[in-house]
Amino acid sequence: MSNQIVVPFGPQHPVLPEPIHLDLVLEDERVVEAVPTIGYVHRGLEKLVEKRDFKDYVLIAERICGICSFTHSVTYCNAIEHIMGIEVPPRAQFIRTIWMEYSRMHSHLLWLGLTADAMGFENLFMNAWRLREEILDDMEATTGGRVIQGSSKVGGIRLDIPDEKLGEMVDHLKSIRPLLEESNRIFTHDQTVRHRMRGLGVLSKEEAWDLGAVGPTARGSGCDMDVRSTGYSAYGELGFKPITFPHGDCLDRCLVRSEEVLAAVDLVERAVAKMPDGPIEEKVKGNPDGEYFAFSEQPRGECMHYVKANGKKNIVRHRVRTPTFTNIPPLVKMLAGIELADVPVVVLTIDPCIGCAER
Amino acid sequence: MNEQKHTVIEIAVTDLLKKAEEYHTKGHRLVQIGCTPLGDRYEINYTFTTAWDFESLRITVHDGDEIPSISGTYWGAFIYENEIHDLFGLSVTDMNIDFQGHLIETRVPTPFKNPPKVTIVSKGGDAQ
Amino acid sequence: MPLFTMVKRALANVTGKPATLMYPATPAKQYDVSRGHIVIAIEDCIFCGNCQRHCVSQAIVVDREARTWEIDRLRCIICGVCAEVCPKDCIFIEPDYHPSSVGPVVELVQGPPAPPKVEKKAKTEE
Ligand code: SF4
Ligand code: SF4
Repeated sequence: MSNQIVVPFGPQHPVLPEPIHLDLVLEDERVVEAVPTIGYVHRGLEKLVEKRDFKDYVLIAERICGICSFTHSVTYCNAIEHIMGIEVPPRAQFIRTIWMEYSRMHSHLLWLGLTADAMGFENLFMNAWRLREEILDDMEATTGGRVIQGSSKVGGIRLDIPDEKLGEMVDHLKSIRPLLEESNRIFTHDQTVRHRMRGLGVLSKEEAWDLGAVGPTARGSGCDMDVRSTGYSAYGELGFKPITFPHGDCLDRCLVRSEEVLAAVDLVERAVAKMPDGPIEEKVKGNPDGEYFAFSEQPRGECMHYVKANGKKNIVRHRVRTPTFTNIPPLVKMLAGIELADVPVVVLTIDPCIGCAER
Repeated sequence: MNEQKHTVIEIAVTDLLKKAEEYHTKGHRLVQIGCTPLGDRYEINYTFTTAWDFESLRITVHDGDEIPSISGTYWGAFIYENEIHDLFGLSVTDMNIDFQGHLIETRVPTPFKNPPKVTIVSKGGDAQ
Repeated sequence: MPLFTMVKRALANVTGKPATLMYPATPAKQYDVSRGHIVIAIEDCIFCGNCQRHCVSQAIVVDREARTWEIDRLRCIICGVCAEVCPKDCIFIEPDYHPSSVGPVVELVQGPPAPPKVEKKAKTEE
């Protein structure tokens, strides 16, 4: 019987963008068990809803996460709009969808860069981030914020995108598409990437389903699970097909994301082609009374906002189930049995966002 | 407006394990467990789904009640149950991985049950 | 073929301009709608306190008696709610960022003295 030692990993670690602590029980170089601890960035944003006007709270809901920010605010708005029975004008729905896809592109490019960085592939890292910058420029030009857009509100959106600008955005996306395809090719075919990630941290389809994996983590294991297929916002009119890969290893989770960037470009192009005219917001009167579970697909996976209100200005309960939080049990399963040196890459492939896991 | 289907079923705490077992054999996945404090009582929602027709089991508990853990059926449930324990101070029995309050280590223990005092920047600032 | 791609990329990187900006020597990118910082046109302010009540991060303190409007720059998250709720539309969002700082930045803006009552009456009669 060999001796077991416990190696603390994190919360401050060069490869971790955010503070998660893992106690790794090792047998020689092999991980036997991993015990996660979070709580380093708990801000209690869910509780703050009891102190703020529900309309102003959209901006706080957006700040739950620094990367999937826009999707958080839209999901919160969806919940309130359902409770109050507000019909959001179609143009607002389409523009929300465009922004959500933009935030997916930028989040995935950020993640692809970070993964390349974790592998020591600096060139690819910079390439991915340079592409991300192009996306962020369009984002700032239309919403006013690079990563925190703040352009969604209960009942619609705050500012419109003029039609000329929409055309420019599509042209811009067309011009960077070859570059995105090239970086996609590198992730699919490059020896370094394949060697580092193929067959690593395998999560079978059954395990992924049973442990509650969501988003690219589940789709990389072959689960055909994407909330966008339910057609919230404008996804119903755009036609949507989830991207899945069958192997369930790190490389497949990576490929899901790099394919989704291109799929997002397509979705934006289709949304712009179908863009309806009309108003961008609906007047909101009164206060919400009731409860609703709103689901949406964030870059990191399925996210749930549960809102319970009792007809007052302040909401009773706002619960956010973020994708990272439910991806922790699959992560714990994936970590058991791998080498210590592979831990950083495996942790990164669930795209951990601890800020939103704790709110 | 696109409604996402969601059925809420109110059950007694004692039925919870049996129901969870049923969902598991039917092939549902666990979406989330969430707690809602309502003054003197807490509502806990267990959400399951196979595709996109969500179903929630709802139990109502009070301070000091013990909640049976469904982590025997759904291995991944420990994360939510520990969260409920750490944030609301409710006790969950027989969890497969019991962090004993160390999953979310906040400076103020059980912050959602005994919220720390809110400092108001001079002359209020809260929406009235 | 991969070698060819690589050579092309390497040449582009050697001969091209850097992709980054030397901020703050070169100003950051700006667009018309960029949210940089909040300014107030204090002459128009009626000190109603709406901005203070709606500010999500409690960055604004309005004093009706002393006729002052105060903003804590480090609390402000530049969300723009105050500009939206102001009844006199006297809060604006400027696209350039506030200069960085190492300590607290609280700006106190003193409003002009209250107009005499008589004048106000005359205005409503018009
Ligand atoms: S809302 Fe406008 S008018 Fe009222 S106190 Fe604020 S700045 Fe002045
Ligand atoms: S921009 Fe937002 S945070 Fe800043 S002062 Fe205005 S309301 Fe407050």
